[in-house]
Formats: sequence, C-alpha cells, structure tokens
Amino acid sequence: MSTSGSDYSPGVLTGRSLHPGHASGAVLRLDAPLSFWGGVDHDGRVVDHHHPQHGASVTGRVLAMPSGRGSSSSAAVLAELIRSGRAPAALLLAARDGILVVGALVAWEIYDISMPIAELAPDQLAELPDGGHAAVVAGEAAGPATVTVEGP
Amino acid sequence: MTSAAPDLTAEEQGMLAGDQGPAVALCMRLIVGVARAGGAERLVPIESAHGDGCLYHGAAGLEFTERLVELGGRVRVRTTLNVGSLDLLHPGMVRADPELAGNGRRLMDAHVALGCEPTWSCAPYQTGHRPAQGSHVAWAESNAIAFVNSVLGARTDRYGDFLDLAAAVTGRVPFAGLHRREARTAELVLDLSGVSPAMLEHDAVWPAIGALLGDVAGTRVAALTGLPGDLDDGGRTEDRLKALGATAASAGGVALFHVVGVTPEAPTLGAAVRPGAPLLPVSTAELRQARDRLTTVTAGRLDAVSLGTPHFSLAEFAQLAAELEAGPPFADSVAVYVSTSRGVLQQAQALGYAGTVQRAGGRIVTDTCTYVTPVLDPGVRTVMTNSGKWAWYAPANLGIDTVLGSLAECVASARLGEVVRDEHVWV
Repeated sequence: MSTSGSDYSPGVLTGRSLHPGHASGAVLRLDAPLSFWGGVDHDGRVVDHHHPQHGASVTGRVLAMPSGRGSSSSAAVLAELIRSGRAPAALLLAARDGILVVGALVAWEIYDISMPIAELAPDQLAELPDGGHAAVVAGEAAGPATVTVEGP
Repeated sequence: MTSAAPDLTAEEQGMLAGDQGPAVALCMRLIVGVARAGGAERLVPIESAHGDGCLYHGAAGLEFTERLVELGGRVRVRTTLNVGSLDLLHPGMVRADPELAGNGRRLMDAHVALGCEPTWSCAPYQTGHRPAQGSHVAWAESNAIAFVNSVLGARTDRYGDFLDLAAAVTGRVPFAGLHRREARTAELVLDLSGVSPAMLEHDAVWPAIGALLGDVAGTRVAALTGLPGDLDDGGRTEDRLKALGATAASAGGVALFHVVGVTPEAPTLGAAVRPGAPLLPVSTAELRQARDRLTTVTAGRLDAVSLGTPHFSLAEFAQLAAELEAGPPFADSVAVYVSTSRGVLQQAQALGYAGTVQRAGGRIVTDTCTYVTPVLDPGVRTVMTNSGKWAWYAPANLGIDTVLGSLAECVASARLGEVVRDEHVWV
C-alpha cells in the first residue's frame, strides 16, 4: 500500500502534521474528547468515570479523538506517559491542540522520543476502524501526514 | 519557503539559532513548534507570565525545568508562580510522601532558579501582579487566565505546563487565540436581569452563575448582562467575578467572559458581542440547579470547611474576620482551612485578620491548595466550601462529599458542626 498520500486511494488518509514522527498500532477511537490530566492514570488507563471508554488503555494505541479537553496540565501528563513508555503510539485529532503538541515537543527535547500527532478531518476520524491497524507518518508540523489503515 | 511557518523577526530567528544561549533556543523550538501546529502567522512579545508548572505531576516536568536551569535559562519578563505541592511556610501541613516532598521541593526551587517570583499563588492578580488592559501576557492556571482576560482586560491564550515557561524565557507566544482582538468578542449573551437583586447579594450565587456559564458556553466567549458591580468598590465585585470565573473555567473551559457595564472590554453590550449572538435569559431555577451540581450532600454532620480557592484576598480575609469577631469559635469536630498566598497572609497578619481566624480555630494554608495535595485530615468525609472550583474538583480528587455555601453559611456550619444553609435566598 502506498504512503505517498492521496485523498482518493482507499486505506490512505492524508492529514496535516501537528508533530513529526512515525508509528503504528491498533486504533483506539474515542467517542468523546479526553483530558489526560485527571482522565488517564500513570499506567495509561482511561480513569475518567464520565468518559464512554472508561477503563480502556491508551498505551501503544493509535489514539483517535476529536480533541483534547480540559486542563492545560495534560501536557505534563502526556510527556510523563511518553517518558515512561505508557503513551499512545500516535495521536490523531480533529483540532489543533497546542497543549498536547507541547507535551510531545518536550518529550522529543528531553527524551529523544517523537510521538507523531496528526490532524484529520472530522469525517476521516469518524471512519477509522476501531481496533484496526494504522501506520502514521507525520513530517514537520504544518506539513502533510499520512495514516495508512488496514481493516479490523 | 513554506507559508506554514510563522514569520520570525531577525531577533527571533537568532534566538532559534542559539544566539541567546541553548535554553532560549530550546524554548523557542517549543514556541515555534506550537505556532506551526496551530497555523499562527507570527509571534507576539509578552509583558509578563504566570507559570503553573511548579505543581509536581511526575519526572518529566522536573527534568524539563532542571534542564532549563542547567542550560543557563532565565525568564526575561516578570513571571509569578502558581501553587506548588508543598506549603513551605507551614512544614507538616502537607502529608507528602518522600517522592512528593523531595521532587516537589526540587521543582519549586528550579522555577525560582530561573528567575520566577516565589508567589506560589493561583491568585497572583491579588498579590501585586496586575497587567495593564490591552497588554499581551502568557498566563497559566484556568482561573488566573479567566481573571486576567476578563477583569483586567489583558490578553492571554490558555497556557499551561512547559509553554508558560517557554514564553517567559523567550518573551514570545504564538499570535493566536485570545491574543487576537477578533477572538475576544462574545458569541452568546446570558441575561441575568430576571434574577432578583436580593439573590445577587448572596455570595454563593456567583459561583452558581459561573457553573451555569461554563455549562452553556463551554470554551466560547460569553457576555453577561443584568449583573451589578463596580471594579473600584474595594474588592467586592472583583472577588465575586473571581469566584464566577474560576467556576466557569472548571465547569466549562471559559477563558474570557464580559460583564456588560462592569468589565473593561464591555462598556456596552454592542461593544462586547458579535452581531446576532443569541441572548439566553437565566432563571432563578437554573441558578439553583447549577448550585446543586456543586453539591453532593445537602445536610448533616460536617468534618471540614475549605475556603480560599482561588486563594483568599485581603478583602475576603476582612469579611471572614468580621464574621468571626462576634460569636463562638469553630466546633472542635470541624477543621477549617483557609488557603491564601504568602503575600496576602503578610497583610492579613498586619491587620489582625489572620489572628482572628486562628483564634477561632482556623488553619491557614499557603503556597499550595487543599485539593491538589494531601492536606485534609484522612478521616474527612464531608466538606463545605464557598468555592465553586473546589466543589467541582474535590469529590473526584479527594473522594469526599462537598456542599456549596456562602461564607456566612460556612462559618455558621463550622460553629455548629453540621451543614447550615438558608434555602430562602434561592427561591
């Protein structure tokens, strides 16, 4: 399957990079925005009781959600998850969330780990197969990003 | 080459290239990275910062801050600090485990080593840090963001861990979000002219208005009409809007609101609101429901009272001291906590307010807050507070029941040892 990026080839979604990197994993598609601060514990588990995916683990997943939510301390929590190896493999968002981007930037600066973050259109995000495999390749921020998806 | 990158001035390009040292370069990479991701066309200089990275969340925050110190980093604008994990003036107030005690202290020290002011307060605006109307600043902490934008009319977007320090070290932020004048116009109006003046004199109504605003507005800018107030009245209006904004930021994500005829960017409705914005009338019943969402238990035995979230102002200390002048001390079974900044505490001590609170049995907490670090006695189950923000977060953070009341109701309940509330004001 090509990763050269075309809006029309099946299985390859083209988006916009928010933070560079490449990674792959099983898709975890969240039905609601998630705050990492107060919403995800040190083991990468969703502990927000109000969240529909309460109890799911984000570790190693290609985590797709409309946007981040709530506290700006989410940047520190995300950087800490990346440091400890409990972070998602990649983030796919429908919003340009600076809080999550800065968490990824700090993890790159301090720990040399680059967790890609890409912006997709809301309808692209909604079509991602939960549990399917996805590979994310994101270039420099504001440049293109591709998400290659295989069905569940 | 690409229009995706923000236009940088020659000085900013030099900062990125390392001309002003490695700490500035690192911080500039963060600022430019966020500017690129957000699509900002340029950066904007800031006049001050308020950082909240001094509360310990784990090793990453500590290693980042200590890295900046090692690299010779120094803030270049006035930078106050939010609460830390410890009360440095009252050792033993926080029951910290060894990791929190050691790393929490190192994190606070590293911020001071960067040149930040050790204010340790979520209400820096009431301990001497009041940016001018129209100035660009980089503030963190949701209540402080709402206050500096709304009540002072300075301009900040929502900053938090890392980005606040990066802004302070570079003196720059992306020109985006609420730094742009057009983003500061209200998209909806809440009309409170149907709420009785008598009800608005009850101070617990103000956090209830905040909860309703957060629920309705989410992260949007809203205007409120029909509210009384004068920002030159000695602190009364300011403290009401502090309580309103802190609750709205917690319950919704509100970073800017306008009170028509009161706050600086809203001399008139037309000045503050986008043409055609919907106008939503607010009823007494809706305010009562908002109050009830900040309350998990309405009667019975009380274990503690928590005041001062955001940190108590001098005007609030004066009001509390006046309540306590006549009447009995707090019941032995109720622990009363008052959180404040060390700056306000010094003034409250000089004026005798702090002594009055302590003689009644109150415990004064500085430098931190009672819902972010272990302060409350382990047996505490039910807590009354006059803070909508505290009531919003404490049940989940601490696993306790909360009840929202006015300052006078908190005092009456602390004296009796059980919840006292006057329901007549809510009908």
